[in-house]
Amino acid sequence: MVSDKISIILVSELREDLQMAGMIASVGAVSGNNVSVLISMNALKYFLKGANDKAPVAGHMGEMLDRKKAPSFKTLFEQAAELGDARIHPCSMAMDVLGVEWRDLDTFLKEPMGLTKFLDDARGGQVWSF
Amino acid sequence: MADKRKIDARGSFCPGPLMELIAGIKAANVGDELEVLSTDRGSAADIPEWIKKVGHELLTTTEENGVWHITVRKTK
Repeated sequence: MVSDKISIILVSELREDLQMAGMIASVGAVSGNNVSVLISMNALKYFLKGANDKAPVAGHMGEMLDRKKAPSFKTLFEQAAELGDARIHPCSMAMDVLGVEWRDLDTFLKEPMGLTKFLDDARGGQVWSF
Repeated sequence: MADKRKIDARGSFCPGPLMELIAGIKAANVGDELEVLSTDRGSAADIPEWIKKVGHELLTTTEENGVWHITVRKTK
């Protein structure tokens, strides 16, 4: 199996964006790719321990995702980490702005990471942003 | 002795059926057979692709009344 590198930068608070990013992270990771995710800006609040994952929708598809049995985006990221060994990092800058510590975040998130290292690690692979 | 297990993912949308299958494969032993049931058309195409990519053995794919039955043997 060929191993490729997929790096995902997640900043949106919208359900559709979060869902698609989670789908790429989970399917990419369980298909043998080396997946890394950096969670920053408006997306980080959903990954606080106990946070509600009810994200605002951008349009019709987001409403449909809520009505149908689409997996929760947080479940997808958790599966990416647990089933596919994806590395999911909170952005250290966003943590500083929010005033939160690593221990305040969901346990499947790895250590905080800065953009410089994330971009350096992403070199030569696919980079997706949502 | 190899086990046979059924994973009922009917009503779940992509990539739910695939992720349920993968969780099942992780917990299974080499040689075990897993049959996943899915009503999601995209997953019916994606699951055989995933099986081929990671190197397990696709045994059967059938569709009956809108339900896909995909059977895979864990090979490693």
